[in-house]
Amino acid sequence: MDWLTILIIVIQCFVITLAVTTAFAYLTLFERRLLARLQNRVGPNRAGPGGFLQPAADAVKLFFKEDIVPALADKPVYLLAPALAVIPALIIWAVIPFGCLNLNWDYQACYDPDRSNLWNILQITDLNIGILYVLAVTSIGVYGITLAGWASNNKYSMLGGIRSSAQLISYELALGCAILSVVMTYGTFSMHEIVSQQRGWLWGIIPQLLGFVIYMIAATAEVVRAPFDLVEAEQELTGGYNTEYGSMKFALFFMAEYIKLIAISALAVIFFFGGWHFPGLDILGREVTALAGPVVGSIVFGIVSLGAFLLKVTIFLFISVWVRASWPRLRYDRLMDLGWKWLLPLGLLNLVYTTVVIVLIPDRVVHSWILFGLGALTLAIAIGINRVPKPVDNVTFVNDIQLPSSQG
Amino acid sequence: MTEPITVPTPQQIIEPAISGRTETMVLNMGPHHPSTHGVLRLVLELDGEVVVNLAPDVGYLHTGIEKTMESKTYQKAVVLTDRMDYLAPLSNNLCYALAVEKLLEVEIPERAQIARVLLTELQRISSHLVWLGTHALDLAAMSVFLYAFREREQILDIFELVSGARMMTSYFRIGGLAYDLPADFLPTVEQFLAIMPSRIDEYEDLLTANPLWLERTVGVGVIDAQAAIALGLTGANLRATGVAYDVRKAMPYSGYETYSFEIPIGKNGDIYDRYRVRIAEMRQSVKIAQQAAERLRELGPGPVVTPNRKVAPPPKREITESMESLIHHFKLWTEGFKPPRGDAYVSIESPRGILGCYVVSDGSPKPWRVHFRAPSFINLQSLAHMAKGRLVADLVALIASLDPVLGEVDR
Repeated sequence: MDWLTILIIVIQCFVITLAVTTAFAYLTLFERRLLARLQNRVGPNRAGPGGFLQPAADAVKLFFKEDIVPALADKPVYLLAPALAVIPALIIWAVIPFGCLNLNWDYQACYDPDRSNLWNILQITDLNIGILYVLAVTSIGVYGITLAGWASNNKYSMLGGIRSSAQLISYELALGCAILSVVMTYGTFSMHEIVSQQRGWLWGIIPQLLGFVIYMIAATAEVVRAPFDLVEAEQELTGGYNTEYGSMKFALFFMAEYIKLIAISALAVIFFFGGWHFPGLDILGREVTALAGPVVGSIVFGIVSLGAFLLKVTIFLFISVWVRASWPRLRYDRLMDLGWKWLLPLGLLNLVYTTVVIVLIPDRVVHSWILFGLGALTLAIAIGINRVPKPVDNVTFVNDIQLPSSQG
Repeated sequence: MTEPITVPTPQQIIEPAISGRTETMVLNMGPHHPSTHGVLRLVLELDGEVVVNLAPDVGYLHTGIEKTMESKTYQKAVVLTDRMDYLAPLSNNLCYALAVEKLLEVEIPERAQIARVLLTELQRISSHLVWLGTHALDLAAMSVFLYAFREREQILDIFELVSGARMMTSYFRIGGLAYDLPADFLPTVEQFLAIMPSRIDEYEDLLTANPLWLERTVGVGVIDAQAAIALGLTGANLRATGVAYDVRKAMPYSGYETYSFEIPIGKNGDIYDRYRVRIAEMRQSVKIAQQAAERLRELGPGPVVTPNRKVAPPPKREITESMESLIHHFKLWTEGFKPPRGDAYVSIESPRGILGCYVVSDGSPKPWRVHFRAPSFINLQSLAHMAKGRLVADLVALIASLDPVLGEVDR
């Protein structure tokens, strides 16, 4: 590895860290504005044109807030917890392919299983165990929340911390099952390869329809996002694990949560919606290369792929905000129920038939559609037999008063 | 005879915990907590997240309204009633005015009667909208809150139109109304009543069949009819248990017997039934208000206060022309009127349940004693009965579904 490669990696790390934190800042604005639109309000629009500077104003405000450590808090742990929350959220991004801009100036290498000719500047590193890395890193995030809840020495925080550890452990299993099915489908742990294998129309959602549903539910729970935000349910726990945190320490928790939200949306795009690829992207690369040479072709390919990826992620974020605006929160025991009694068995079932079908029918297109059918069937059955109460109209109308005859 | 239902005191929960005799955790929920709807303090005994025992501790918003009324003349005390149940000030005004009117035995003109019915029904809708919004918000369905407040805003605009104030209206005075309804009152009300049913449909779209909403509300906080009656539960909370009791039907006031409406009742007495009953009540209120608006239109202009000059001040023009009127005006505003010795009790159906007002007169211009039977206060004592063995999250939903207003709890 020569110094130039190292320099480029260092620059990549800087750029991506800055980009992700900026994305976090503007996600908060995006969420607030969008929530406001969904709720018939205007939202923050005073700082800068259309509220464009609102994130900066928020950051300045949080910086100048007094930094309080509760007297009876466990100080070292209390100070460590925000860092434990935010660092895993940031380092997930090391393996995520934002697009494919090949510095060896050959766009076709992006789809080539042989990666010797690929130097993708839009992904810091393409670990061959990228998915395991992501699972490992997201698991660390739970420590930040649990320790914050414990160290604050506040009963509400502690309840939040306990809820978080229970929730995150339960949902990690289902999440793991869903991701493992994806790994089975593509036969690789590498993010880049998963994307490049989705070339053409056959996106991951087709063989892994059930996997996608499980992934979305489990991942939303994993990043404690509405409707699974029990950990910080302000109506129940006044603020949950971050009740006693203020100033930038609170901002770090906030940042961790939102960066993880972007990360799970990015992973959903990579696993199930073709990542940076969309049908026609390869044709575009070919035409531009034919017209303007391989350098321009690769650059255009890279920029368009980056744009497609970001657009898809934005759609997921939009859905996430939409869900937050409309749905009530789950209750703790029902959350556990859903995780252990529904998602985990469904995830295992999905894993089993993914394995069997892929081994029995090697043809890619055929087994994808068979899996799609199986997934849709399983989902339909699961929705059919679940225990969600049906809306029963118990209300009757009477025209005069009626009192119960006997008084107990 | 069933086991008597007791409500523990905070001390009974705190003391064993302090002395270390328990394995459970005592959590002080409130008085400053986002979901206690004001300054309600709940002392919870928790086993994990399960509520083992619970003691509501009220009094943090004590305003001494009942006591203060004793040092005000009868007319001036109307202003204080607004401040009790601040989500339904007109219902409070009405209850107090009816009690004093019963004491005085005055006749109220029909126009004022109809306006009272119309406005208290609008008040019921607005109060239920706050309940719906905060209830949904407590279960984290945040948009419903803002949609509900959008319509509540229209109702408050109507109140502002008639009385000049959005919340503390003091519009119902003893003997009638404070002043006549403005000319554009009826068109505004009719316009609002025309859109309201579709808006209720909109809230129902978001909640009624939402699986998450059902999971949080169906079968939670169940109370049976017997226990509800034993605990003095009234209003929609009682009706959700299947007891069809509504003061508007049982002891009609202000001419409610002439309006056609029905009492919606539930069956299971859980949070979901309370939700359905209140939603149905809003629709009934729209119906009553529509009938009242029609009658107002048919009736045309007319007096809105009693012609009894001993109770209500004469019109301004009369004062400049008639000696008697001037004297009446002077006496009313310096001394006030003197009801005969005696007492009167009137109960009405406020948005929260039976609101009763007991006025004792010793023949002086100031009430000797005023007492309110506040539905929020009495409904709150059933909280412990319903919340035992449930999770903290259910408790939050329960408080919201009981719909207490702390201003009314601590008069």
